Amino acid sequence: MKFKWLVRKKPLALVCGAMLMIILFLAIFADLLPLQNPVAHNIPSQFESPGHEFFFGTDNFGQDVFSRIIYGSRSSLYIAITSVVLGTLLGTLVGMISAYWGGWIDLVFQRVVDMLLGFPILVLAVFIVVALGPSAHAVMIAIAVAVMPQIARLSRSRALVVKEETFILAARATGASPLRIVLRHILPHTISPVLVYATGYVGTALIAESALSFLHLGVPPPDPSWGAMLYDGWIYLEAAPWLTIFPGIALSITAFSFVFLGDALRDVLDPRTRVHL
Amino acid sequence: MNNYLLWRLSTLLFTMFLASVAVFSIMRILPGDIAALTLSGGGEVAYSIEVWEALREEWGLNDSLILQYGRWLWSMVNGDFGGQSLLYGQPIQTLVARQLPVTLSLTLYTVALSLLVSVPLGILAALKWNRWQDYMVRLATLPGQALPNFWIALLLLLGLVFCFRWSPPIIYTHLWENLWNHFQMLILPVLLLTWGYSSHIVRVTRASILDTMQEDYIRTARAKGLSESQITIKHALRTALAPIVTVLGLQFGVLLGGTLILEYIFGLPGLGRGLIQAALARDYPVVQSFVTLLVFAILSVNLIVDLIYRAVDPRTSFVDDK
Repeated sequence: MKFKWLVRKKPLALVCGAMLMIILFLAIFADLLPLQNPVAHNIPSQFESPGHEFFFGTDNFGQDVFSRIIYGSRSSLYIAITSVVLGTLLGTLVGMISAYWGGWIDLVFQRVVDMLLGFPILVLAVFIVVALGPSAHAVMIAIAVAVMPQIARLSRSRALVVKEETFILAARATGASPLRIVLRHILPHTISPVLVYATGYVGTALIAESALSFLHLGVPPPDPSWGAMLYDGWIYLEAAPWLTIFPGIALSITAFSFVFLGDALRDVLDPRTRVHL
Repeated sequence: MNNYLLWRLSTLLFTMFLASVAVFSIMRILPGDIAALTLSGGGEVAYSIEVWEALREEWGLNDSLILQYGRWLWSMVNGDFGGQSLLYGQPIQTLVARQLPVTLSLTLYTVALSLLVSVPLGILAALKWNRWQDYMVRLATLPGQALPNFWIALLLLLGLVFCFRWSPPIIYTHLWENLWNHFQMLILPVLLLTWGYSSHIVRVTRASILDTMQEDYIRTARAKGLSESQITIKHALRTALAPIVTVLGLQFGVLLGGTLILEYIFGLPGLGRGLIQAALARDYPVVQSFVTLLVFAILSVNLIVDLIYRAVDPRTSFVDDK
């Protein structure tokens, strides 16, 4: 019954969810699929337009764009998802602790969060990559640090509300330790909005990671990556437009699906808009 | 009013201080030594110990970190902006003076265009709630933040080259030098940035107006016989303005991030492209200074937005509410 409701009310969200599952499946099982070699140079076949042998054409090294897109999704998705998970975990904790303890801990955490919020995600990422050198870890740390304050602010505002509830007082009266109260009682009430935002942030993180790769400040070659493919597309824009079009479509669909899924999740989880099932 | 202003200013200063410390220390945790990395050009060129030591002395790297930080902070504050660029050999001050107007133009045009476009669109979507105008507006704004703007830029360039045989001018001209060239160079990035920036503004405007229109005083105004447009513009908008102003500030950081990459693609010699070129060339002083300047700009805009919010919202006052 829930499924039918989803189909009727949020068909686009179901489509996005299905797309993401397909994309994740392709990323995880890329090795098992009958794909061309994504990193083998094949100069005789360079700049082939899309056709039978190369579905999305080939690039300047003769590499098949289709298989590079699928293999490229691996590092992009891995970095985006891991960094957002990291940032969300950290942010949720910081926000809840800041709200529950209050006092000077709250003040200090808030100032740090304010400071971090002053860094746009791309600027912060460029900066950290310059400091730590271009690598997957630097990009992950950068994005996690950018996501953390947003989630922290969200979880703090939720925790501030939940903190005043009677059951928190009851828990304290029965002798629960602050840690237990935070984890066992406050956390479940902050998860819903955090999950909504986190899903959206995976899309943003994906775009940020691709932007970094585009600028050659992301994961270094030869691993295929959507951003780097878009850079090649830029260089050969008129000669081989398929180099720009297809990786961009892949990136857009994936990022958009995450963002839209987050939006839909908010409508599903928000008790005010929930239909009685 | 003064109390609040003072409190916010001191908060801004403290946050800026924290940010500068963070930027400075992260640059210092480089695994290698800055002088060595610069001299060796990333490990390719050999250099002698004397040259290395001389460079360290010249850059003051042998002093304590606190002293180095103090010196750097002072140069940021008094307009030197951190010394010399390694890449260009010019004072960073010159670079900033040259690149700031470009980024400023881009940003100002985007904000102006976004305001012109988003607020009416948001009001339209709110008034025609759940009708086709609403859906169209929501459809148009949904991808604004979810799609990679640099890819859309490339697609636009591709389309323009193939369909109209046109590509933007290469040499940057200021507004006062050649208006048409200036317009051609900036129109595409401004449109792209506006799409992203206004997406949020439209949605917040719509939600805010929808909320405000439910209020009782709106019903009273209608009962009094005021026309819909009068109600919307004179009464609802004033109250609805507050969240709109807030989101303007919140999205400003995202806007600056967007200018970074679009300047790079469209070849605009602004702070964003300057930062990227410096990052690629490992020009540490420039990266350090530019990042700090950008952060300062964003935090200041947030402060200004907060003050405007307080002034605009009839429900808030400048009473010290700590």
